[in-house]
Amino acid sequence: MAVLIPVFYFKFRKIHTGWFVLPLPLVLFIYLLTYIPAGGDPMNPVLNSVPWVPSLGIDFTVYLDGLSLLFSLLITGIGTLVVLYSIYYIANKNGEPLHNFYVYLLMFMGAMLGVVLSDNLIVLYVFWELTSLASSLLIAYWFHKEKSRYGALKSMLITVTGGFSMLAGFSFLYVLTGSFSIQEIIAAAGTISGEPLFITAMLLILVGAFTKSAQFPFHIWLPDAMEAPTPVSAYLHSATMVKAGLYLVARMTPVFGMLTEWFWILVIFGLTTLLWGSISAVRQTDLKGLLAFSTISQLGLIMSLLGMSSAAMHYGAAGSEALYTTAALAAVFHLINHATFKGSLFMVVGIIDHETGTRDIRKLGGLMTIMPVTFTVSLIGLASMAGLPPFNGFLSKEMFFTASLNVASMDILNLETLGFFIPVAAWTASVFTFVYCMIMFVRTFTGRFQPDNYEKHVHEAPAGLLVSPIILGGLVIVFGMFPNLLAYTIIEPTMQSILPGLLNGGEQFYVNIYHWHGINAEIMMTIGVVFAGAAITLNLKKWQQTFFFNRERDPLNAVYDSMLDNLVTGSQIVTRAQMTGRLRDYMVYMSVFISALGLWTFFRYDSFAVDLGAQTPVPVYMYIITAVLLISTLALPFVTHRITNIVLIGVVGFVIALLFVVFRAPDLALTQLLVETVVVVLFLLVYRHLPEIKKESVKGWSKAVNAIVAASVGVFVILAGLSVHAMRTASDITPISDFFIENSYTLAGGKNMVNVILVDFRGLDTLLEVLVLGIAALGVVTLVKHRMKGDEDV
Amino acid sequence: MRTNFLMLHTITRIVSFIVISFSVYLFFAGHNAPGGGFIGGLMMAGALILLYVSFDLATIKKVLPFDYTFIIGLGLLIAILTGLNSMIFGDAFLTQYFDYYQIPFIGEVELTTALPFDLGIYLVVIAITLLIILTIAEDVS
Repeated sequence: MAVLIPVFYFKFRKIHTGWFVLPLPLVLFIYLLTYIPAGGDPMNPVLNSVPWVPSLGIDFTVYLDGLSLLFSLLITGIGTLVVLYSIYYIANKNGEPLHNFYVYLLMFMGAMLGVVLSDNLIVLYVFWELTSLASSLLIAYWFHKEKSRYGALKSMLITVTGGFSMLAGFSFLYVLTGSFSIQEIIAAAGTISGEPLFITAMLLILVGAFTKSAQFPFHIWLPDAMEAPTPVSAYLHSATMVKAGLYLVARMTPVFGMLTEWFWILVIFGLTTLLWGSISAVRQTDLKGLLAFSTISQLGLIMSLLGMSSAAMHYGAAGSEALYTTAALAAVFHLINHATFKGSLFMVVGIIDHETGTRDIRKLGGLMTIMPVTFTVSLIGLASMAGLPPFNGFLSKEMFFTASLNVASMDILNLETLGFFIPVAAWTASVFTFVYCMIMFVRTFTGRFQPDNYEKHVHEAPAGLLVSPIILGGLVIVFGMFPNLLAYTIIEPTMQSILPGLLNGGEQFYVNIYHWHGINAEIMMTIGVVFAGAAITLNLKKWQQTFFFNRERDPLNAVYDSMLDNLVTGSQIVTRAQMTGRLRDYMVYMSVFISALGLWTFFRYDSFAVDLGAQTPVPVYMYIITAVLLISTLALPFVTHRITNIVLIGVVGFVIALLFVVFRAPDLALTQLLVETVVVVLFLLVYRHLPEIKKESVKGWSKAVNAIVAASVGVFVILAGLSVHAMRTASDITPISDFFIENSYTLAGGKNMVNVILVDFRGLDTLLEVLVLGIAALGVVTLVKHRMKGDEDV
Repeated sequence: MRTNFLMLHTITRIVSFIVISFSVYLFFAGHNAPGGGFIGGLMMAGALILLYVSFDLATIKKVLPFDYTFIIGLGLLIAILTGLNSMIFGDAFLTQYFDYYQIPFIGEVELTTALPFDLGIYLVVIAITLLIILTIAEDVS
């Protein structure tokens, strides 16, 4: 689909490309809606598999259960709205690379669906990295801006590093269970939890999830990612991509949930992120920066809720579960709510930016009367985010308090001593959440309107731009008024996939969400939040004079910047030491490695064997050929004339081709001859550039090192040859060629074994080799045509 | 003074076409006899290089206006698509199929999906060889 976008872009220049993209997520969304279980039945997971690399156990397995369904609906649903919004947001001007935008966006959408629908960890990883790549490309969409490129690079580096660590974690899981399938790993989780590698795998996977979901201290990439066009921020950096980490954590809860470390890491990191994000959001002056930190804090909230929900696994008993599964319920519900209100808020900020030309809250003010619709939508979104009734944010915030209070009163995992910290942190963060919501509201919409601050005429946004945020804002109200619409359709199946072990067949979790619980601790906490928040907002002037509030940038950015600098200087040092620019040194590296590895294997497995029996008689002409080969090879180093050298190398090559002929390998002989021919032409071309051979004054020790290396390579090759020969007679190993001789005609229908191996049995190898060749050729082109002049350095 | 390599040019014209046809033969023969995409490709590249060497770069560029970078991509795409083809039928990536068909006047012919895959390899090998050599040659002159 994405391939067609540029075609549409150039064919229909007049019509906005976005209209062609719009139907895709919409159709997918409607299709996915049909999977929602009707009438409160338990959901049956859908499984569909296509093998990809079967020899490694890597298949494209689509696994659709409650959790995947929830995320797929978010991706396609929000995706539809964002595409609609972007049609009006990014004007169809000449030179605006719209096709790039929509190709990247669709690439992201496909990759993200791949992440949440895949059951295979390797496929998941591939799609995971694709989302990072697409995100980075979208951040750099306006690539002429310095900050866009900086943000793109940063998000790429951080998320890809995390992804790499995640891959390592997946590999450990594979080592433990022998499977890449998530469902099989979940089934095997009980038996492997004692292994030492298990915790390492958990830590590595969590690093991946934390980097993606912008958890403290990896969150610094998200505010810089706000350089992306606003539809991208709304879609990737608040509604979907950053939730991939949450998805992974939820997915892995059945595997790792029984570990104490899992609970503590998630809760502590989640709460730290929540606090840090909400406090940092208060000091932002850029509306998008404010929303970015608010996203960070909300992600931390959901992360900590997922951690708390794992506590339910420690109980397992059916009676007490309702108390502890609240956390899972709250996590899922808040995930949906966050997507709705944060999506609408981002779009609103986009509108403000689009219509006024600035997002600086020091300049904005008094937009209430000028942009009434925008104002209403953002009021709903902000009230929901701040946790005020009757919106959906209130419900999930209440549940968050309930969950944190429940966890604090648990008698497991040493919670008696440290548990009180959790509700306190939750409450403090909520106060700051309320404060930044108030800031955004007060500074943007109230106060006096100052026309001097804006470059263009300020007016209400066009209808097309308003549709998407209005839909999302409407959902905020609908979910707030009638939360049980979602209860058994989406939330309950999702909880089942997060906590599968707790139910017997056919059972369901009890989900009932309502507003009024009576006067209890949670409602008191909410009232406290409102009052404390209002008090802080009113005294904000004093707060802003403190040192903390004068710095907008996160101090952790300094750490990142210096690490990046050091990485660059470090790799330059390594490169300069290693890449001397002399071919001889590179040959030494390779030879040392090969011979050391081979000789080590020989010693390690004690596999020297010499058996000179069973030799075939050697005909006389073989001696002659070998003699010619030896003489020309030995003569090489002593010849000081370039042309003689080249001729000698040619002789070696042709004699080897002759050897191939003698040993009945016509394919190899042909290839060798052709390669020799091409090499001759190459030599002719570069001959002019080659320097005269000079007697080099090499130090003695360097000569000795070279001699040792050369000798060891020779010794290794001779030993290997002898051992292979002995092996053939000593033990009855069937040579691999027998398999090809027997099967190449029956399985692949070819009589030329070499060719059948190349294109059929080892087709992937050939493909990749040719790919490498292609890259090498492009490398030559780059080196020759775009070489650096003078003393330039990387 | 402009030298005229009449002999060289005449012979090259004949020889290069013989070599090119031989390369095509090698390519098709590859499945059952010595040959195949790799060797055929190299042979073709050799023939083209012969043309470039005996005539000059500009003349042949007019005759063969190919962008070799594009051909590398094309070849890789053909090879990958052949591999993907088997996934449509539910087999693993790069599973090759073959069958025997009776074609009128020609007789029994074996058709295999390895052939398009090999075609991809063939194209890539030609293009890579020529791209490298021509790039260096252009740089020199």
